Amino acid sequence: MISNSIVIKGIRQGLLVAIGEGDWDAELYALEARLAAAPAFFRGGRVALDVGPRELSRPDIERLHALLDRHHVELWAVLSANPATEVNAQELGLVIDLGPSRPGQKVRGLEVVPEEGEEPPVEGLVVRRTLRSGQSLRHPGHVVVIGDINSGAEVVAGADIVVWGRVRGVVHAGALGDEDAVICALDLSPTQLRIASRIARSPEEGRRRPVPEMASVREGQIVAVPWHGLGSDSAER
Amino acid sequence: MAARILTITSGKGGVGKTTLAANLGVALAMQGQRVVVVDADVGLRNLDMMLGLENRIVYDLVDVIEGRCRLRQALVHDKRLSELFLLPAAQTRDKSAVTPEDMMQVCDDLRDQHDFILIDSPAGIEQGFRYATAPADEVLIVTNPEVAAVRDADRVIGLIEAEEKGPARLVINRIRPGMVQRGEMLDVADVVELLAIDLIGIVPEDQDILVSANRGQPLAFSSDSGSLAGRSFHNIARRLRGEDVPFITLREPRMLERLFRFVRSGGD
Repeated sequence: MISNSIVIKGIRQGLLVAIGEGDWDAELYALEARLAAAPAFFRGGRVALDVGPRELSRPDIERLHALLDRHHVELWAVLSANPATEVNAQELGLVIDLGPSRPGQKVRGLEVVPEEGEEPPVEGLVVRRTLRSGQSLRHPGHVVVIGDINSGAEVVAGADIVVWGRVRGVVHAGALGDEDAVICALDLSPTQLRIASRIARSPEEGRRRPVPEMASVREGQIVAVPWHGLGSDSAER
Repeated sequence: MAARILTITSGKGGVGKTTLAANLGVALAMQGQRVVVVDADVGLRNLDMMLGLENRIVYDLVDVIEGRCRLRQALVHDKRLSELFLLPAAQTRDKSAVTPEDMMQVCDDLRDQHDFILIDSPAGIEQGFRYATAPADEVLIVTNPEVAAVRDADRVIGLIEAEEKGPARLVINRIRPGMVQRGEMLDVADVVELLAIDLIGIVPEDQDILVSANRGQPLAFSSDSGSLAGRSFHNIARRLRGEDVPFITLREPRMLERLFRFVRSGGD
């Protein structure tokens, strides 16, 4: 079982990974295990690390850097409440302050009310714009896009992806390994559809009139089912 | 009055950036505006040829930046139009010779004396694109009705939005009405819907564009010759100046329409 002392959050600049307060070596081990468990989610991403009040020397930070490098993750910022750590990180050319969130960027987290029970709530992100070619959105929880995902853009989410618009790019739901994740869109004609470790392409035949669809994994395959309104079986899951 | 700085860019090469820059420069100058067209494609300059000014270049953009001449000395005056100037690119250097700050400085120095500064951006999204868009007040995106060009345009629009240079406006170039009607080519509505930015011009495919480029005589010079493409450039110039000009109708008339000579002035 992977330690849950490592907390992953989506921020505007990419991912924020908070490291727990336990023994440093154990934390590094836990971080490595998290990265190894979901390579598809992390590969090519940018990460800011929150190391809490811990004092890290330059070699410590370089070790972190190397660890992330091995998993093809770019470390760009180290956040710490410890001034010595901040100085060391800065000397290594890392950012130590995320800066104010830019106004007008319509990205915000959803507050999820925790339910009684074992599972921690999965956070969500609402993005209210069109993702254009070359733009990439990565978030450990659910992602809701109000707008289109154009060809050449990608969205990678740990949980479900819902798009109020067209999907023409690459969408990857359940990228942390959740096969129960779904992808819904008003017009689902992606370059590629991925759920957990499975990959599907859109059928080659020409587009009929677009209908809303929901894709999920059924018997080991990604299947997209059109939504025909209330009373259809598409609401099951 | 300070000039408006417009950068013309596209992502993909060969879609008609330089053609638009040359023709728009001519059209604006013919409408009495004081215009400088800046060739930002250092190392691969073409704008000078399209304007027929290549044999008059003495100094270039890089000479200005590196202090070998004054800005005024580098400007090539187009003798056909009293208010049109070209600031040529260097051909013997490459994009690394110019920084975004250099470009902003040059444009700032040009601002007072002109109404429009048109920057012809290189293709791509690297250094050349960066310095060409840095000084822009407004951005014109050129695309063709084909999927590769549209995707690259989408990429560039995203970058421009991230730089808060927007909103970019769209010129769709090289439309072939016949192919659109047969469903063999994306139509204007498809492209506009996908890119979701304002349209400022549509230009039909026209063989005369090539001929005029080779001759160094942009089509916009002969706006009254009946060339639809030439007229399109003048329309874009007028829209840039705030006029409300209807888009020309790009359709091959169907049989019935020919019979009835159903002519609408303007239309969609």
